[in-house]
Amino acid sequence: MYSATIYGIDGILVTVEADISDGLPSFDMVGVLSSEVKEAKERVRTALKNAGFRIPPKRVTVNLSPADLRKSGSGFDLPIAISILCALGLIPAESLKSRMFCGELGLDGRLCAVSGILPAAFAAREKELSGIAVPIDNLPEAQAVEGIQATGLRTLKEAVDWLNHPEQLGEQSTVPAAEKQEETEWDFCDIAGQAAVKRAAEIAAAGMHNLLCVGPPGTGKTMAAKRLPGILPLMDEAEMLEVTKIYSVRGLLDQGAPLMKKRPFRAPHHTISAAALTGGGSVPKPGEISLAHRGVLFLDELPEFSRTALESLRQPLEDRELTVARVRRVCHFPADFLFCAAMNPCKCGYYPDRSQCRCSDGSVRNYRGRISRPLLDRLDLIVEVPKLTYEEWKSGEQAESSAKIRARVEAACQIQRIRFRGMPIRFNSQMSGRQVKQFCPLGEKEEWFMEQIFQKMGMSPRHYDRILKVARTAADLEGEERIREEHLSEAVFYRSMAEKYWRGEEEYG
Amino acid sequence: MDDRLYWHWLCSMENLNPVKKTRLLRLYPSPEQLYNIEEKQLYALDFLTDREKKLFSDSRNEEKEFRKTYEQMERQGIRLITLSDQEYPNRLLHIYGPPCGLYVKGRLPAPREKSAALVGARGCSSYGRDMARRTGKELAAAGIQIISGMAAGIDGAAQWGALETGSSFAVLGCGVDRCYPVSNFPLYEKLEAEGGLLSEFPPGSKPLPWHFPQRNRLISGLSDLVVVIEARKRSGSLITAAYALDQGKDVFALPGPVTAPLSEGCNQLIKNGAGLLSSPEDILEILTPRWKKPLKKRKEIENGLVFNEKKVYSCLDYHARSLEELVEKTGLTVKETAQALVRLEIQGLARRAGLSRYTATTD
Repeated sequence: MYSATIYGIDGILVTVEADISDGLPSFDMVGVLSSEVKEAKERVRTALKNAGFRIPPKRVTVNLSPADLRKSGSGFDLPIAISILCALGLIPAESLKSRMFCGELGLDGRLCAVSGILPAAFAAREKELSGIAVPIDNLPEAQAVEGIQATGLRTLKEAVDWLNHPEQLGEQSTVPAAEKQEETEWDFCDIAGQAAVKRAAEIAAAGMHNLLCVGPPGTGKTMAAKRLPGILPLMDEAEMLEVTKIYSVRGLLDQGAPLMKKRPFRAPHHTISAAALTGGGSVPKPGEISLAHRGVLFLDELPEFSRTALESLRQPLEDRELTVARVRRVCHFPADFLFCAAMNPCKCGYYPDRSQCRCSDGSVRNYRGRISRPLLDRLDLIVEVPKLTYEEWKSGEQAESSAKIRARVEAACQIQRIRFRGMPIRFNSQMSGRQVKQFCPLGEKEEWFMEQIFQKMGMSPRHYDRILKVARTAADLEGEERIREEHLSEAVFYRSMAEKYWRGEEEYG
Repeated sequence: MDDRLYWHWLCSMENLNPVKKTRLLRLYPSPEQLYNIEEKQLYALDFLTDREKKLFSDSRNEEKEFRKTYEQMERQGIRLITLSDQEYPNRLLHIYGPPCGLYVKGRLPAPREKSAALVGARGCSSYGRDMARRTGKELAAAGIQIISGMAAGIDGAAQWGALETGSSFAVLGCGVDRCYPVSNFPLYEKLEAEGGLLSEFPPGSKPLPWHFPQRNRLISGLSDLVVVIEARKRSGSLITAAYALDQGKDVFALPGPVTAPLSEGCNQLIKNGAGLLSSPEDILEILTPRWKKPLKKRKEIENGLVFNEKKVYSCLDYHARSLEELVEKTGLTVKETAQALVRLEIQGLARRAGLSRYTATTD
């Protein structure tokens, strides 16, 4: 009989077997167990007793194999209990063959939900097991995996009855999940004015480009970021499963809503440690970066994050995957997200408005300097979100709704989907250098324009590709086949800010 | 002991103020005599306090110390120009409390050339920074030497501007062997090569707070005219302006919005009768009588632009305008405005003065 442990975000099959032999009464479990698995012993013994089964005063040995793999998670209670009952002859052995069991036992024998059911079910399907039995609360999650028979159980007693008489299965549904594909309450039409940041957000969403908003407090940086998931294209089935798997491992799934249908939006506080961001622990669990997979990772007050936390973003931003190495094993977490950050231009937040800001130039430079150059180089769009005057704020006509923006974004994504058919990428921002050459050809006029940009604006060549990618998205948003000068200039506009500004060179022009 | 060493000794006594030093020199014309006066004579000097007398006699015991610094100074190429030297700037002889000596790296301002001081706030706006640079550049182009304090903000911008077309001199509030603020090191090096660094404080002196007001009298003293670019209500630049008035020099101030705290000091000066700086020509007219006015051709420039660019360009001025404002004013989309700005920047007509803020170029 099988169960599964989770490593990283993948389930690994674990065989559970029990033996009852003569000798002094004892209950031993072997197989490199973490403390929560070791404690299963007490839960199982009590649960068995309370469910009406007596463990004879004999020597009980439970083995979880492979023996060299560390097992963690609370899902082993059920398989251990069942294997003991099988050893006692209360359950026919053949009914357990090629079946997976996961579940935590309460002392009264009821089954409690556990995390990581989805990856376990995936592992079961991969190994071509015939079925998976889980606590009833986890059933919707297990059912999300097609091609494997999922059974939901309420108590240990029910499990035993079912294994003996497969036809007597209890009611197989929980409280019907309200099919809530609720419209997001964050809508771009709530933001008055701020055309620049809206435009930047649209480009960012259409091509999954990274975005940095700079501006004084209270101008709508956070508002804009929160509305980003609402204009991203809807996830397809495969993406939903990927995301759900990660949330399943962390036990963050909503009861009754087995699939994550909305793109995730993660906004960790700036006191977060690097390990919490990337994922960690001796058996690594996914961190905020992975939880934002296929969605938006929003870091508000970017300069306030610790240096190590910020630098840990560099690899995932580049590779769209995160590697956490531990002594025993190396884990790969998916980390394909839209990175959005917000920051104030200086400590007090009002620079360059000198009527409110009295920060010295040195302090302003110092504040900006907390964002390292390599991280800055990975940002595609940098946009200023200025303070609006009362008139500007008041006069703004009804702004565009997120739905309208999303329609344009969806269209641009459709173009990209066709462009990258048969390739492992979906968005313009993910193109490699070679693909940029292939998909972003420039005409003569545009080449000349880029040359001018580099000569006159002190742009560094390493941003060439980044600019082309953004320009490609800008063109896609208009359904244009070719990148034209207007697209390039817009991309340059959002990128060139970083060049002079960040080193404080504006002083001398 | 060499005569110059005695001068160095006199200049090194930082805690004795320059006015008292000149009084001493009036009694004992050479520092050597001064050095060798007896305790009895020293105590007879009633204008010195007891503390100063003690300081005076103590400093004579540190001969080894200032001999060492003097030799070190010579190795670093720092010269000491004293009151007895031919080279000593004539302009300083006419101020109250002239320094006994000036430590110089690079050149001294040429005595026959006109010079103007450009001073202002350290934390300045992009408007002030632009105007400082532009004024420094245009005045220097007309052969006027720009004197300033090499501070962050206005001072630095004015001197960078001046060095583009001419020469500039900095009077420091610390020893000339030190660069304060450190962020201005590129400027410091350029000033040494193409202008001069001056200080009345001996090499090795720290930039102590009380040095700066004292140094300001030299900035105005070395100039024929003082221009205040941006100053808050209480600002060191206003001290310089006050010195200038005491020394009988013209003061100009750059006006700013009445709501801007950074222009409060300037506007106050204008209210009190300072000259109003509307363009560098205002100063050239005073300093160089034969100055002829070239006309700015904003209209001509506009004629060469395409529609959107013209629209955006017409909204640009010397105050930094954000993309947001420009979109609002021109009624163009973000995309069109960004495109126009990038094109204007390529053509050298607009300049980025912040994240997404632009000004018209000033030259």
